Amino acid sequence: MTPDDGLVLADRAARGEARLKIIDCDVHHALRSAADLKPFLATRWQEHLDRYGFRVPTPFLSSPQYPKGAPALSRTDSWPPNGGPPGSDLAFLREQLLDRWGISFGLLHFLFPGAMDQRNQSFGNALARALNEWQVEHWTRHERRLKAGIILPGEDADAAVAEIEHWAGHTTAGGGDFVQVALATHTIELLGRRRYWRIYEAAAAAGLPLCLHTMGYNGRAVTPAGWPSFYVEEHHEVAISQQTVVASLILEGVLERIPDLKVVIVEAGFAWVPGFAWRLDHYWSRFRDELEHVTRPPSETIRERFWFTSQPADEPEKPEQLRQTMDWMGWDRLLFATDYPHWDMDNPEHAFRMPMSDEEKRMVFAGNAERVYGLS
Amino acid sequence: MARHVVAKAEEIPPGSRKLVTVRGREIGIFNHEGEFFALLNRCPHQGGALCKGTLVGLVTSDAPGTYDYSRPGEMLKCPWHGWEFDLRTGQSYCDPKSTWVRAYEVTVEPGEVLAKGPFVAETFPVSIEENYIVVEL
Repeated sequence: MTPDDGLVLADRAARGEARLKIIDCDVHHALRSAADLKPFLATRWQEHLDRYGFRVPTPFLSSPQYPKGAPALSRTDSWPPNGGPPGSDLAFLREQLLDRWGISFGLLHFLFPGAMDQRNQSFGNALARALNEWQVEHWTRHERRLKAGIILPGEDADAAVAEIEHWAGHTTAGGGDFVQVALATHTIELLGRRRYWRIYEAAAAAGLPLCLHTMGYNGRAVTPAGWPSFYVEEHHEVAISQQTVVASLILEGVLERIPDLKVVIVEAGFAWVPGFAWRLDHYWSRFRDELEHVTRPPSETIRERFWFTSQPADEPEKPEQLRQTMDWMGWDRLLFATDYPHWDMDNPEHAFRMPMSDEEKRMVFAGNAERVYGLS
Repeated sequence: MARHVVAKAEEIPPGSRKLVTVRGREIGIFNHEGEFFALLNRCPHQGGALCKGTLVGLVTSDAPGTYDYSRPGEMLKCPWHGWEFDLRTGQSYCDPKSTWVRAYEVTVEPGEVLAKGPFVAETFPVSIEENYIVVEL
Protein backbone atom coordinates (compact mmCIF):
# COMPACT_ATOMS: atom_id res chain seq x y z
CA MET A 1 0.00 0.00 0.00
CA THR A 2 2.17 2.79 -1.21
CA PRO A 3 0.69 5.83 -2.85
CA ASP A 4 0.59 5.66 -6.60
CA ASP A 5 0.67 8.68 -8.84
CA GLY A 6 -3.06 9.18 -8.74
CA LEU A 7 -3.50 8.38 -12.39
CA VAL A 8 -4.54 4.74 -12.26
CA LEU A 9 -7.98 5.22 -13.71
CA ALA A 10 -6.88 7.63 -16.39
CA ASP A 11 -4.00 5.38 -17.39
CA ARG A 12 -6.19 2.34 -17.72
CA ALA A 13 -8.72 4.19 -19.83
CA ALA A 14 -5.92 5.63 -21.97
CA ARG A 15 -4.54 2.16 -22.59
CA GLY A 16 -7.99 1.11 -23.74
CA GLU A 17 -8.15 -1.81 -21.34
CA ALA A 18 -11.39 -3.74 -21.52
CA ARG A 19 -13.63 -3.01 -18.59
CA LEU A 20 -14.36 -5.84 -16.24
CA LYS A 21 -18.08 -6.47 -16.03
CA ILE A 22 -19.26 -5.60 -12.54
CA ILE A 23 -22.49 -6.50 -10.76
CA ASP A 24 -22.65 -4.74 -7.41
CA CYS A 25 -24.68 -6.90 -5.04
CA ASP A 26 -25.06 -4.36 -2.23
CA VAL A 27 -26.19 -0.82 -2.98
CA HIS A 28 -28.19 1.28 -0.53
CA HIS A 29 -30.92 3.64 -1.57
CA ALA A 30 -32.77 5.80 0.92
CA LEU A 31 -35.90 7.86 1.36
CA ARG A 32 -35.34 11.62 1.21
CA SER A 33 -37.80 11.64 4.10
CA ALA A 34 -40.77 9.58 5.27
CA ALA A 35 -42.93 11.90 3.17
CA ASP A 36 -41.68 10.05 0.07
CA LEU A 37 -43.89 7.14 1.16
CA LYS A 38 -47.11 9.12 1.51
CA PRO A 39 -48.24 8.66 -2.11
CA PHE A 40 -48.02 4.92 -1.61
CA LEU A 41 -49.84 4.74 1.73
CA ALA A 42 -53.61 4.74 2.24
CA THR A 43 -54.86 7.83 4.09
CA ARG A 44 -55.42 5.64 7.12
CA TRP A 45 -51.72 4.76 7.26
CA GLN A 46 -50.52 8.25 6.37
CA GLU A 47 -52.31 9.51 9.46
CA HIS A 48 -50.92 6.62 11.48
CA LEU A 49 -47.43 7.52 10.35
CA ASP A 50 -47.96 11.19 11.29
CA ARG A 51 -49.34 10.36 14.71
CA TYR A 52 -47.30 7.32 15.79
CA GLY A 53 -44.30 7.18 13.48
CA PHE A 54 -42.23 4.05 12.99
CA ARG A 55 -42.14 1.83 16.07
CA VAL A 56 -39.99 -1.27 16.38
CA PRO A 57 -39.66 -3.82 19.20
CA THR A 58 -36.53 -2.17 20.58
CA PRO A 59 -38.01 0.59 22.73
CA PHE A 60 -37.43 4.33 22.47
CA LEU A 61 -35.81 3.92 19.11
CA SER A 62 -36.33 5.90 15.97
CA SER A 63 -32.73 5.59 14.81
CA PRO A 64 -30.03 2.90 14.90
CA GLN A 65 -29.02 1.70 18.35
CA TYR A 66 -25.37 2.55 17.82
CA PRO A 67 -23.72 5.48 16.17
CA LYS A 68 -22.59 4.36 12.75
CA GLY A 69 -19.08 5.76 12.53
CA ALA A 70 -20.20 8.42 10.09
CA PRO A 71 -23.37 10.48 9.65
CA ALA A 72 -26.07 8.37 7.94
CA LEU A 73 -23.56 5.49 8.05
CA SER A 74 -22.12 6.95 4.87
CA ARG A 75 -19.05 8.20 3.08
CA THR A 76 -18.84 11.88 3.93
CA ASP A 77 -18.60 12.68 0.21
CA SER A 78 -21.83 10.87 -0.64
CA TRP A 79 -24.34 13.53 0.44
CA PRO A 80 -26.18 14.57 -2.73
CA PRO A 81 -25.45 18.17 -3.78
CA ASN A 82 -29.19 18.77 -4.24
CA GLY A 83 -30.01 17.74 -0.67
CA GLY A 84 -31.38 14.63 0.97
CA PRO A 85 -29.41 11.87 2.66
CA PRO A 86 -26.82 9.64 0.93
CA GLY A 87 -28.42 7.20 -1.49
CA SER A 88 -31.59 9.28 -1.92
CA ASP A 89 -30.74 10.91 -5.26
CA LEU A 90 -30.77 8.66 -8.32
CA ALA A 91 -28.73 11.02 -10.51
CA PHE A 92 -25.99 11.32 -7.89
CA LEU A 93 -25.99 7.56 -7.28
CA ARG A 94 -25.51 7.04 -11.01
CA GLU A 95 -22.63 9.51 -11.02
CA GLN A 96 -20.84 8.27 -7.90
CA LEU A 97 -21.40 4.55 -8.39
CA LEU A 98 -22.89 3.16 -11.61
CA ASP A 99 -21.11 5.43 -14.09
CA ARG A 100 -17.98 5.93 -12.01
CA TRP A 101 -17.08 2.23 -12.16
CA GLY A 102 -19.13 1.14 -15.16
CA ILE A 103 -21.38 -1.10 -13.08
CA SER A 104 -23.75 -3.25 -15.14
CA PHE A 105 -26.24 -3.95 -12.36
CA GLY A 106 -26.60 -2.66 -8.82
CA LEU A 107 -28.72 -4.65 -6.37
CA LEU A 108 -30.61 -2.39 -4.00
CA HIS A 109 -31.00 -3.12 -0.31
CA PHE A 110 -33.30 -0.89 1.68
CA LEU A 111 -32.58 -0.56 5.40
CA PHE A 112 -34.59 2.11 7.23
CA PRO A 113 -37.39 2.00 8.20
CA GLY A 114 -37.77 -1.76 8.34
CA ALA A 115 -41.22 -3.05 7.45
CA MET A 116 -40.60 -6.40 9.13
CA ASP A 117 -39.75 -4.71 12.44
CA GLN A 118 -42.93 -2.69 12.89
CA ARG A 119 -44.76 -3.44 16.12
CA ASN A 120 -48.08 -2.71 14.43
CA GLN A 121 -48.15 -5.53 11.88
CA SER A 122 -50.93 -4.04 9.78
CA PHE A 123 -48.86 -0.88 9.43
CA GLY A 124 -45.80 -3.03 8.68
CA ASN A 125 -47.70 -4.74 5.87
CA ALA A 126 -48.80 -1.40 4.42
CA LEU A 127 -45.25 -0.08 4.82
CA ALA A 128 -43.77 -3.04 2.94
CA ARG A 129 -46.17 -2.50 0.04
CA ALA A 130 -45.47 1.25 0.03
CA LEU A 131 -41.71 0.71 0.06
CA ASN A 132 -41.93 -1.75 -2.82
CA GLU A 133 -44.09 0.67 -4.83
CA TRP A 134 -41.55 3.40 -4.07
CA GLN A 135 -38.67 1.16 -5.18
CA VAL A 136 -40.33 0.63 -8.54
CA GLU A 137 -41.64 4.16 -9.08
CA HIS A 138 -38.54 6.04 -7.92
CA TRP A 139 -35.72 3.64 -8.79
CA THR A 140 -36.00 0.53 -10.92
CA ARG A 141 -38.40 2.03 -13.49
CA HIS A 142 -36.00 4.90 -14.12
CA GLU A 143 -32.73 3.01 -14.00
CA ARG A 144 -32.79 -0.49 -15.41
CA ARG A 145 -29.32 -1.20 -14.02
CA LEU A 146 -30.82 -1.08 -10.54
CA LYS A 147 -32.66 -4.14 -9.27
CA ALA A 148 -34.50 -4.28 -5.96
CA GLY A 149 -35.41 -6.89 -3.39
CA ILE A 150 -39.08 -7.33 -2.50
CA ILE A 151 -39.32 -5.98 1.04
CA LEU A 152 -41.35 -8.44 3.08
CA PRO A 153 -43.26 -8.01 6.34
CA GLY A 154 -41.79 -11.32 7.33
CA GLU A 155 -43.25 -11.68 10.82
CA ASP A 156 -46.67 -12.05 9.15
CA ALA A 157 -46.14 -14.97 6.78
CA ASP A 158 -49.54 -14.57 5.09
CA ALA A 159 -48.80 -10.95 4.23
CA ALA A 160 -45.25 -11.77 3.14
CA VAL A 161 -46.44 -14.48 0.76
CA ALA A 162 -49.09 -12.11 -0.61
CA GLU A 163 -46.39 -9.50 -1.19
CA ILE A 164 -44.29 -11.93 -3.20
CA GLU A 165 -47.31 -12.93 -5.26
CA HIS A 166 -48.32 -9.29 -5.80
CA TRP A 167 -45.05 -8.59 -7.57
CA ALA A 168 -45.01 -11.71 -9.74
CA GLY A 169 -45.12 -9.62 -12.91
CA HIS A 170 -42.10 -7.59 -11.83
CA THR A 171 -39.55 -10.30 -11.10
CA THR A 172 -36.58 -11.35 -13.18
CA ALA A 173 -38.86 -13.37 -15.42
CA GLY A 174 -41.32 -10.46 -15.61
CA GLY A 175 -40.55 -6.77 -15.65
CA GLY A 176 -37.20 -7.12 -13.95
CA ASP A 177 -37.73 -4.70 -11.07
CA PHE A 178 -37.10 -7.31 -8.39
CA VAL A 179 -34.45 -10.04 -8.35
CA GLN A 180 -34.78 -11.32 -4.78
CA VAL A 181 -36.83 -11.16 -1.59
CA ALA A 182 -35.53 -9.40 1.50
CA LEU A 183 -36.05 -10.26 5.15
CA ALA A 184 -34.54 -8.76 8.26
CA THR A 185 -31.98 -10.88 10.11
CA HIS A 186 -32.63 -9.80 13.70
CA THR A 187 -36.10 -11.29 13.91
CA ILE A 188 -38.65 -12.41 16.48
CA GLU A 189 -37.62 -16.03 16.02
CA LEU A 190 -34.54 -17.36 14.24
CA LEU A 191 -35.17 -17.44 10.52
CA GLY A 192 -34.96 -21.21 10.26
CA ARG A 193 -38.11 -21.63 12.36
CA ARG A 194 -41.20 -23.05 10.67
CA ARG A 195 -43.28 -19.87 10.94
CA TYR A 196 -41.17 -18.48 8.10
CA TRP A 197 -41.12 -21.52 5.82
CA ARG A 198 -44.09 -20.52 3.71
CA ILE A 199 -42.24 -17.36 2.77
CA TYR A 200 -39.29 -19.39 1.54
CA GLU A 201 -41.56 -21.71 -0.42
CA ALA A 202 -43.18 -18.71 -2.12
CA ALA A 203 -39.79 -17.16 -2.90
CA ALA A 204 -38.46 -20.38 -4.38
CA ALA A 205 -41.66 -20.83 -6.40
CA ALA A 206 -41.19 -17.31 -7.79
CA GLY A 207 -37.58 -18.10 -8.65
CA LEU A 208 -36.28 -15.45 -6.25
CA PRO A 209 -33.28 -15.96 -3.95
CA LEU A 210 -33.69 -15.08 -0.29
CA CYS A 211 -31.49 -12.11 0.48
CA LEU A 212 -30.39 -11.59 4.07
CA HIS A 213 -28.74 -8.24 4.65
CA THR A 214 -28.01 -7.65 8.30
CA MET A 215 -30.81 -5.51 9.67
CA GLY A 216 -33.74 -5.45 12.01
CA TYR A 217 -34.54 -4.64 15.62
CA ASN A 218 -36.15 -7.44 17.56
CA GLY A 219 -35.81 -5.96 21.02
CA ARG A 220 -32.79 -8.04 21.98
CA ALA A 221 -29.12 -7.19 22.19
CA VAL A 222 -27.29 -7.30 18.87
CA THR A 223 -24.88 -9.89 20.22
CA PRO A 224 -25.98 -13.22 21.70
CA ALA A 225 -23.98 -12.38 24.85
CA GLY A 226 -25.32 -8.93 25.71
CA TRP A 227 -25.30 -5.26 24.84
CA PRO A 228 -21.90 -4.00 23.70
CA SER A 229 -20.63 -0.47 24.24
CA PHE A 230 -19.13 0.54 20.94
CA TYR A 231 -20.03 0.78 17.28
CA VAL A 232 -17.05 -1.40 16.43
CA GLU A 233 -18.56 -4.17 18.53
CA GLU A 234 -21.93 -3.79 16.86
CA HIS A 235 -20.41 -3.74 13.38
CA HIS A 236 -18.31 -6.80 14.10
CA GLU A 237 -21.43 -8.58 15.32
CA VAL A 238 -22.83 -8.62 11.78
CA ALA A 239 -20.79 -11.73 11.01
CA ILE A 240 -21.81 -13.44 14.26
CA SER A 241 -25.54 -12.89 13.86
CA GLN A 242 -25.39 -14.06 10.25
CA GLN A 243 -23.65 -17.25 11.40
CA THR A 244 -26.58 -17.82 13.74
CA VAL A 245 -29.03 -17.31 10.89
CA VAL A 246 -27.15 -19.64 8.51
CA ALA A 247 -26.98 -22.33 11.20
CA SER A 248 -30.70 -21.95 11.92
CA LEU A 249 -31.70 -22.25 8.25
CA ILE A 250 -29.54 -25.34 7.77
CA LEU A 251 -30.21 -27.14 11.05
CA GLU A 252 -33.98 -26.59 10.97
CA GLY A 253 -33.96 -28.30 7.59
CA VAL A 254 -35.13 -25.37 5.43
CA LEU A 255 -32.71 -26.10 2.62
CA GLU A 256 -33.72 -29.76 2.52
CA ARG A 257 -37.42 -28.93 2.69
CA ILE A 258 -37.20 -26.40 -0.17
CA PRO A 259 -34.69 -27.70 -2.72
CA ASP A 260 -34.94 -24.66 -5.00
CA LEU A 261 -34.25 -22.05 -2.35
CA LYS A 262 -31.06 -20.01 -2.76
CA VAL A 263 -29.79 -17.84 0.08
CA VAL A 264 -27.56 -14.78 -0.30
CA ILE A 265 -25.84 -13.49 2.83
CA VAL A 266 -25.12 -9.80 2.41
CA GLU A 267 -22.53 -7.64 4.15
CA ALA A 268 -21.31 -10.15 6.69
CA GLY A 269 -17.83 -10.78 5.26
CA PHE A 270 -16.85 -14.32 4.31
CA ALA A 271 -13.48 -15.32 5.80
CA TRP A 272 -15.36 -16.82 8.76
CA VAL A 273 -17.23 -19.31 6.61
CA PRO A 274 -14.74 -22.22 6.57
CA GLY A 275 -14.16 -22.41 10.34
CA PHE A 276 -17.86 -21.98 10.99
CA ALA A 277 -18.73 -24.79 8.56
CA TRP A 278 -16.10 -27.12 10.07
CA ARG A 279 -17.61 -26.69 13.53
CA LEU A 280 -21.13 -27.26 12.22
CA ASP A 281 -19.98 -30.45 10.47
CA HIS A 282 -18.25 -31.62 13.60
CA TYR A 283 -21.34 -31.36 15.81
CA TRP A 284 -23.75 -32.45 13.09
CA SER A 285 -21.83 -35.69 12.61
CA ARG A 286 -21.93 -36.48 16.34
CA PHE A 287 -25.55 -35.55 17.03
CA ARG A 288 -27.30 -36.95 13.99
CA ASP A 289 -30.06 -38.29 16.21
CA GLU A 290 -31.04 -34.77 17.23
CA LEU A 291 -31.06 -33.57 13.62
CA GLU A 292 -32.33 -36.61 11.76
CA HIS A 293 -33.92 -34.28 9.18
CA VAL A 294 -30.55 -32.83 8.20
CA THR A 295 -29.20 -35.46 5.86
CA ARG A 296 -26.11 -33.72 4.48
CA PRO A 297 -23.08 -32.19 6.14
CA PRO A 298 -23.79 -28.47 6.69
CA SER A 299 -20.61 -27.54 4.83
CA GLU A 300 -22.00 -29.13 1.67
CA THR A 301 -25.22 -27.16 1.96
CA ILE A 302 -23.26 -23.94 2.51
CA ARG A 303 -21.17 -24.52 -0.58
CA GLU A 304 -24.14 -25.34 -2.77
CA ARG A 305 -27.03 -23.23 -1.54
CA PHE A 306 -25.51 -20.11 0.02
CA TRP A 307 -23.74 -17.19 -1.59
CA PHE A 308 -21.87 -14.43 0.20
CA THR A 309 -21.35 -10.84 -0.85
CA SER A 310 -17.77 -9.67 -0.65
CA GLN A 311 -17.97 -6.41 1.28
CA PRO A 312 -16.47 -5.74 3.74
CA ALA A 313 -13.73 -7.79 2.09
CA ASP A 314 -11.51 -9.32 4.73
CA GLU A 315 -7.98 -7.94 4.68
CA PRO A 316 -5.52 -10.50 6.10
CA GLU A 317 -1.88 -9.44 6.31
CA LYS A 318 -0.95 -12.33 4.02
CA PRO A 319 -3.17 -12.16 0.92
CA GLU A 320 -2.65 -15.86 0.21
CA GLN A 321 -4.73 -16.62 3.30
CA LEU A 322 -7.72 -14.97 1.63
CA ARG A 323 -7.08 -17.17 -1.40
CA GLN A 324 -7.09 -20.29 0.78
CA THR A 325 -10.45 -19.20 2.19
CA MET A 326 -11.82 -18.75 -1.31
CA ASP A 327 -10.43 -22.06 -2.47
CA TRP A 328 -12.29 -23.79 0.34
CA MET A 329 -15.58 -21.91 -0.16
CA GLY A 330 -15.48 -22.18 -3.91
CA TRP A 331 -14.95 -19.24 -6.25
CA ASP A 332 -18.58 -19.57 -7.35
CA ARG A 333 -19.81 -18.51 -3.86
CA LEU A 334 -18.62 -14.92 -3.74
CA LEU A 335 -20.61 -11.98 -5.13
CA PHE A 336 -18.85 -8.65 -5.43
CA ALA A 337 -20.45 -5.75 -3.52
CA THR A 338 -19.49 -2.15 -2.79
CA ASP A 339 -22.03 -1.27 -0.07
CA TYR A 340 -22.23 2.23 -1.56
CA PRO A 341 -22.78 4.82 -0.10
CA HIS A 342 -21.83 3.48 3.31
CA TRP A 343 -18.59 4.51 4.98
CA ASP A 344 -17.00 1.07 4.66
CA MET A 345 -17.73 0.62 0.97
CA ASP A 346 -15.26 -1.32 -1.17
CA ASN A 347 -13.80 0.23 -4.30
CA PRO A 348 -13.95 -2.45 -7.05
CA GLU A 349 -10.33 -1.73 -7.91
CA HIS A 350 -9.01 -2.25 -4.41
CA ALA A 351 -11.43 -4.60 -2.68
CA PHE A 352 -9.29 -7.72 -2.86
CA ARG A 353 -5.70 -7.70 -1.68
CA MET A 354 -4.86 -10.87 -3.54
CA PRO A 355 -3.92 -11.60 -7.11
CA MET A 356 -6.84 -13.10 -9.00
CA SER A 357 -6.90 -14.78 -12.39
CA ASP A 358 -9.06 -13.28 -15.13
CA GLU A 359 -11.48 -16.16 -14.73
CA GLU A 360 -11.72 -15.68 -10.96
CA LYS A 361 -12.36 -11.97 -11.48
CA ARG A 362 -15.07 -12.67 -14.03
CA MET A 363 -16.80 -15.02 -11.59
CA VAL A 364 -16.60 -12.82 -8.51
CA PHE A 365 -17.35 -9.49 -10.16
CA ALA A 366 -20.28 -10.61 -12.32
CA GLY A 367 -20.51 -14.27 -13.40
CA ASN A 368 -21.65 -15.67 -10.06
CA ALA A 369 -24.33 -12.98 -9.67
CA GLU A 370 -25.52 -13.58 -13.23
CA ARG A 371 -26.09 -17.21 -12.36
CA VAL A 372 -27.72 -16.64 -8.96
CA TYR A 373 -30.06 -13.91 -10.16
CA GLY A 374 -30.52 -14.85 -13.80
CA LEU A 375 -29.11 -11.46 -14.83
CA SER A 376 -27.21 -10.96 -18.04
CA MET B 1 11.47 18.06 -9.62
CA ALA B 2 10.11 21.42 -10.53
CA ARG B 3 8.45 24.24 -8.64
CA HIS B 4 4.83 24.98 -9.50
CA VAL B 5 2.92 28.10 -8.58
CA VAL B 6 -0.53 26.82 -7.71
CA ALA B 7 -2.44 29.61 -5.99
CA LYS B 8 -2.28 33.05 -4.47
CA ALA B 9 -1.61 32.76 -0.74
CA GLU B 10 -4.71 34.83 0.05
CA GLU B 11 -6.90 32.22 -1.67
CA ILE B 12 -6.21 29.74 1.13
CA PRO B 13 -6.68 31.49 4.49
CA PRO B 14 -6.01 29.62 7.76
CA GLY B 15 -8.41 26.71 8.28
CA SER B 16 -9.16 26.34 4.58
CA ARG B 17 -7.93 24.16 1.75
CA LYS B 18 -7.81 24.14 -2.03
CA LEU B 19 -7.60 21.32 -4.54
CA VAL B 20 -5.18 21.98 -7.37
CA THR B 21 -4.00 19.89 -10.31
CA VAL B 22 -0.28 19.73 -10.97
CA ARG B 23 1.11 17.52 -13.76
CA GLY B 24 -2.14 15.53 -13.81
CA ARG B 25 -2.14 14.96 -10.06
CA GLU B 26 -4.84 16.30 -7.80
CA ILE B 27 -3.22 17.78 -4.74
CA GLY B 28 -4.87 19.28 -1.68
CA ILE B 29 -3.21 22.41 -0.25
CA PHE B 30 -4.06 23.00 3.41
CA ASN B 31 -3.50 26.10 5.52
CA HIS B 32 -3.23 25.04 9.14
CA GLU B 33 -2.80 28.11 11.33
CA GLY B 34 -0.63 29.79 8.74
CA GLU B 35 1.44 26.70 7.87
CA PHE B 36 0.87 25.17 4.47
CA PHE B 37 0.78 21.45 3.69
CA ALA B 38 0.21 19.58 0.44
CA LEU B 39 -1.01 15.98 0.08
CA LEU B 40 -1.99 13.86 -2.91
CA ASN B 41 -5.77 13.68 -3.16
CA ARG B 42 -5.92 9.91 -3.20
CA CYS B 43 -6.15 7.67 -0.16
CA PRO B 44 -3.61 4.82 -0.40
CA HIS B 45 -6.12 2.43 1.19
CA GLN B 46 -8.88 2.27 -1.44
CA GLY B 47 -8.51 5.42 -3.50
CA GLY B 48 -10.96 7.79 -1.79
CA ALA B 49 -10.65 11.55 -2.35
CA LEU B 50 -8.63 11.99 0.83
CA CYS B 51 -8.26 15.77 0.69
CA LYS B 52 -12.02 16.19 0.93
CA GLY B 53 -11.92 14.54 4.35
CA THR B 54 -12.44 16.05 7.77
CA LEU B 55 -9.53 17.51 9.75
CA VAL B 56 -9.50 16.20 13.29
CA GLY B 57 -7.16 16.10 16.28
CA LEU B 58 -5.06 13.19 17.45
CA VAL B 59 -6.69 11.18 20.22
CA THR B 60 -4.42 8.77 22.06
CA SER B 61 -4.60 6.92 25.35
CA ASP B 62 -2.18 5.42 27.86
CA ALA B 63 -4.85 3.35 29.59
CA PRO B 64 -8.59 2.70 29.47
CA GLY B 65 -10.45 5.67 30.90
CA THR B 66 -7.81 8.26 30.06
CA TYR B 67 -7.22 10.10 26.85
CA ASP B 68 -5.00 12.74 25.40
CA TYR B 69 -6.25 15.08 22.70
CA SER B 70 -3.48 16.83 20.85
CA ARG B 71 -2.63 18.49 17.55
CA PRO B 72 -6.16 19.71 16.75
CA GLY B 73 -6.79 19.94 13.01
CA GLU B 74 -3.61 18.12 12.00
CA MET B 75 -5.04 14.70 11.19
CA LEU B 76 -6.88 14.27 7.90
CA LYS B 77 -9.60 11.63 7.96
CA CYS B 78 -10.53 9.96 4.65
CA PRO B 79 -14.18 10.51 3.68
CA TRP B 80 -14.56 6.80 2.95
CA HIS B 81 -13.13 4.42 5.58
CA GLY B 82 -11.91 7.00 8.03
CA TRP B 83 -8.17 6.27 7.77
CA GLU B 84 -6.30 9.13 9.48
CA PHE B 85 -3.22 10.73 7.96
CA ASP B 86 -0.78 13.18 9.51
CA LEU B 87 -1.03 16.46 7.63
CA ARG B 88 2.68 17.09 8.27
CA THR B 89 4.10 13.80 6.99
CA GLY B 90 1.38 11.97 5.07
CA GLN B 91 1.84 8.95 7.33
CA SER B 92 -1.25 7.06 8.43
CA TYR B 93 -1.86 6.76 12.15
CA CYS B 94 -2.70 3.03 12.05
CA ASP B 95 0.11 1.86 9.81
CA PRO B 96 2.64 4.71 9.47
CA LYS B 97 5.47 2.65 7.97
CA SER B 98 3.67 1.15 5.01
CA THR B 99 0.47 3.15 4.48
CA TRP B 100 1.14 6.77 3.69
CA VAL B 101 0.06 9.39 1.23
CA ARG B 102 2.56 11.46 -0.69
CA ALA B 103 3.26 14.82 0.96
CA TYR B 104 4.78 17.57 -1.15
CA GLU B 105 7.04 20.45 -0.24
CA VAL B 106 5.02 23.63 -0.19
CA THR B 107 6.26 27.16 0.38
CA VAL B 108 4.93 30.68 0.22
CA GLU B 109 6.97 32.91 -2.06
CA PRO B 110 6.67 36.60 -2.84
CA GLY B 111 5.84 37.38 -6.45
CA GLU B 112 8.98 39.46 -6.63
CA VAL B 113 11.14 36.32 -6.19
CA LEU B 114 9.00 34.18 -8.46
CA ALA B 115 9.17 36.72 -11.24
CA LYS B 116 12.87 35.89 -11.49
CA GLY B 117 12.05 32.15 -11.92
CA PRO B 118 12.56 29.36 -12.52
CA PHE B 119 9.10 28.05 -11.92
CA VAL B 120 6.50 26.10 -13.88
CA ALA B 121 2.87 26.99 -14.63
CA GLU B 122 3.64 29.75 -17.06
CA THR B 123 -0.05 30.34 -17.56
CA PHE B 124 -0.43 31.45 -13.96
CA PRO B 125 -0.13 35.21 -13.85
CA VAL B 126 2.25 36.33 -11.13
CA SER B 127 2.39 39.88 -9.94
CA ILE B 128 5.27 41.08 -7.83
CA GLU B 129 2.98 42.62 -5.21
CA GLU B 130 1.48 39.36 -3.98
CA ASN B 131 2.47 36.09 -2.26
CA TYR B 132 2.04 32.69 -3.89
CA ILE B 133 1.82 29.05 -2.92
CA VAL B 134 4.55 26.99 -4.56
CA VAL B 135 4.51 23.19 -4.65
CA GLU B 136 7.54 21.13 -5.56
CA LEU B 137 7.14 17.94 -7.59
